Amino acid sequence: MLRLQSFYYGGFTVAEVPAIELKNITKTFGEVVANKDVCLTVNRGEILSILGENGSGKTTLMNMISGIYFPDHGQIFIDGKEVKIKSPKDAFEYKIGMIHQHFKLVDVFTAAENIVLGLKDEGRYNLKKSTSKIKAIADLYGFELDPNKKIYEMSVSEKQTVEIIKVLYRGADILILDEPTAVLTPQETQRLFAVLRRMKADGKAIIIITHKLHEVLSISDHVAVLRKGEYIGTVETSETNESELTEMMVGKKITLNIDRSDPVNPVDRLIVAGLNCTNHDGVKVLDNVSFTAKSGEILGIAGIAGSGQRELLEAIAGLQYLDSGEIIYNNPKTEEQENLRNKTPIQIRELGVRLSFVPEDRLGMGLVGNMDLTDNMMLRSYKKGKSAFLERSNPKKLAEKIVEDLDVVTPSISTPVRRLSGGNVQKILVGREISASPSVLMAAYPVRGLDINSSYTIYNLLNEQKEKGVAVIFVGEDLDVLVELCDRIVVLSSGKVTGVVDARNTTKEEIGLLMTKAFGKSEGGKK
Amino acid sequence: MIIVSFIQRAVMQGIPLLFGSTGEILTEKSGHLNLGIPGIMYVGAISGVIGAFFYENSVGSANIVPLLAVIIALLSSMFGSLVMGLIYCLLTVTLRANQNVTGLALTTFGVGFGNFFGGSLIKISGSDMPSITLSATSNAFRTELPFAHKLGAVGELLFSYSFLAYVAIIIALVSAYILNHTRVGLHLRAVGENPATADAAGINVNRYKYVTTCIGSVIAGLGGLYYIMDYANGIWSNNGFGDRGWLAVAIVIFAIWRPNMAVLASILFGGLFIVHNYITIPGLGVEGQELFKMIPYVVTLIVLIVTSMRDNRETQPPEALGLPYFREER
Repeated sequence: MLRLQSFYYGGFTVAEVPAIELKNITKTFGEVVANKDVCLTVNRGEILSILGENGSGKTTLMNMISGIYFPDHGQIFIDGKEVKIKSPKDAFEYKIGMIHQHFKLVDVFTAAENIVLGLKDEGRYNLKKSTSKIKAIADLYGFELDPNKKIYEMSVSEKQTVEIIKVLYRGADILILDEPTAVLTPQETQRLFAVLRRMKADGKAIIIITHKLHEVLSISDHVAVLRKGEYIGTVETSETNESELTEMMVGKKITLNIDRSDPVNPVDRLIVAGLNCTNHDGVKVLDNVSFTAKSGEILGIAGIAGSGQRELLEAIAGLQYLDSGEIIYNNPKTEEQENLRNKTPIQIRELGVRLSFVPEDRLGMGLVGNMDLTDNMMLRSYKKGKSAFLERSNPKKLAEKIVEDLDVVTPSISTPVRRLSGGNVQKILVGREISASPSVLMAAYPVRGLDINSSYTIYNLLNEQKEKGVAVIFVGEDLDVLVELCDRIVVLSSGKVTGVVDARNTTKEEIGLLMTKAFGKSEGGKK
Repeated sequence: MIIVSFIQRAVMQGIPLLFGSTGEILTEKSGHLNLGIPGIMYVGAISGVIGAFFYENSVGSANIVPLLAVIIALLSSMFGSLVMGLIYCLLTVTLRANQNVTGLALTTFGVGFGNFFGGSLIKISGSDMPSITLSATSNAFRTELPFAHKLGAVGELLFSYSFLAYVAIIIALVSAYILNHTRVGLHLRAVGENPATADAAGINVNRYKYVTTCIGSVIAGLGGLYYIMDYANGIWSNNGFGDRGWLAVAIVIFAIWRPNMAVLASILFGGLFIVHNYITIPGLGVEGQELFKMIPYVVTLIVLIVTSMRDNRETQPPEALGLPYFREER
């Protein structure tokens, strides 16, 4: 059964019915269109890359194929027959296997135990038999895996191997990989690609979601490009190049008309030099990061999600352990230079370095959902005063002022913030940090999930701070916004600074290329 | 021969703990910390007592059929603890209430329930003593193997116990086998470690939680019944069971969530619990005996410290222990 099939040879596919075909798939969440009229075709023995920026709808599309979401319109064909995939179980029956970005594995189990977990139809429980079947699959495709190794002893790449074998063990022949290389080292990526090529030669249909251009070019046969939920088109990999793909991915420039004043006598406020940082999995998340943030300007930070933005901001705020590097702060009051690496988060905050980080779950850092507006203001002022009792009148005034100035829609200032909409929560968070008249303001994804008007309120707030001489660091996702709002843009790619560009004289394509730029020839497994 | 009788008493002390800890281990393996075990053991005991009491009263204690007496006591005990297990599951699995609060409430409830019905039975029986004596049923429970006392020390140590003691050990060993060598055990451990992963693998998480928690409760309840019928010779007195339920919970940690380890741990704890009756230290009064009873808890603390310091993933509690699982919160 596990014999290499040889109908794929030398780059020619035999004409046949596509393994999976999507026609005019549309999916909306409320008013947000996540996917609009997407059409895809993948043949057996073929690898299709789906390329797009964050929020372009790649993962939503794949979730529809794997049965997590159900499309509003459109048809899905498997082997030429129209099917309805209503649950992950249906997807499994159509032999579709999805490898998610976040692994679903039990840490204290062995690889083999994880792979057979949930399977019922194999007679007696016999781990030895399963182990030899796992070994056969591993040998067939060239995986390196010890089935008896515990998950908690494994590297990220080994865990991914377990996930891939798990779907193969269940008989999948249409594989979907959601950003499989995001967590891998270049060598591991190469090994993965070698395995994918062997699976392709075995007649599997493979869809790989990624935003790394060089990987797209090296592994895939076709590339489908999505942009902000819309299907832009599919091109043959052999007939395209990086700049064409980038243009398809980022699109034409959209004018947003964000007011941007010229920086008034900028001076160096924050000098970041040679930051290195390693995360729990031993992956380098910041690699020799250096840049300077100046007063009176907005410094943008662009990059694919997870390129080290979070660690960078947390390092400046004193929340992240660094392997090496310096963060020099020019104190405008004392004219002295201070190294923030030697300071506690509270000392850093008192110097006027403020972080308003909007994480994916929004309330996670910065605000406490069950507390009301006033109490959330007090999270920043609880140390003030000497009385044993809390002083509530000033925080209350501040909360009222923020509600009024920023048009926060809330029943009252004693409403728990978790009951407010996302935009209002973000206004409160940014408003509170601004109220302390910072000298450095860091805002990460402050407009994530906000409507146009709320977004402009936030842009104007940041511009006001800039005009007051604050060094604003803005981490954003939308390249149009970055290009129009910022003065300079630092581009991060896999924890490295790939470029610092002048936002007035750059293009989205230039930033897009820098965001997906690779280092050295070893990465990406070029043929 | 004092050592033989010490070990014998240690085993008899240990068996109720073994029932309790096996039940709790199974429950915790499904990700639920059931601190209601002490209360459930009380309910298991009083339910068995109620069943046996009415049977003895209806036919007269001289005329009971031993086998029937045993079955009635067993079934009523199991029913009582099953209801407790279902209450716990309804609150923590279906309604996702806080497990610690629910468990502690069940313990308070179970002890009160036992004492209330114990007191009521004492009143019905019109006894002068503040206790109920069910010697006929107890004798049926304590039927020994015929050759137990003919084999010298070996017979005393290995074969002199009543059938429930062997049932406890068999349940513990079978549980250990199921957990580690069957598909059901694999699925159960997955539920306790990472319910989201188990769910994605097509395992019915809530069913596993309900079934194991209820089975665990029934097993723990048998520990209460054993204590009354075997150890206490069929005499129920209020609060007689004491704090053995907490000792059972402590054994779960000591045995690092392994039912087969719990067999040895229970006997060890049983021995530590009564060792003050066997060694005489000059100048040690009644108050000092209480210090001896503390030893099992001190040992448990040391085990906790050692396993935490070694930081070995194999000796840690199930990862999702105490956390409610709600699919939509992924």
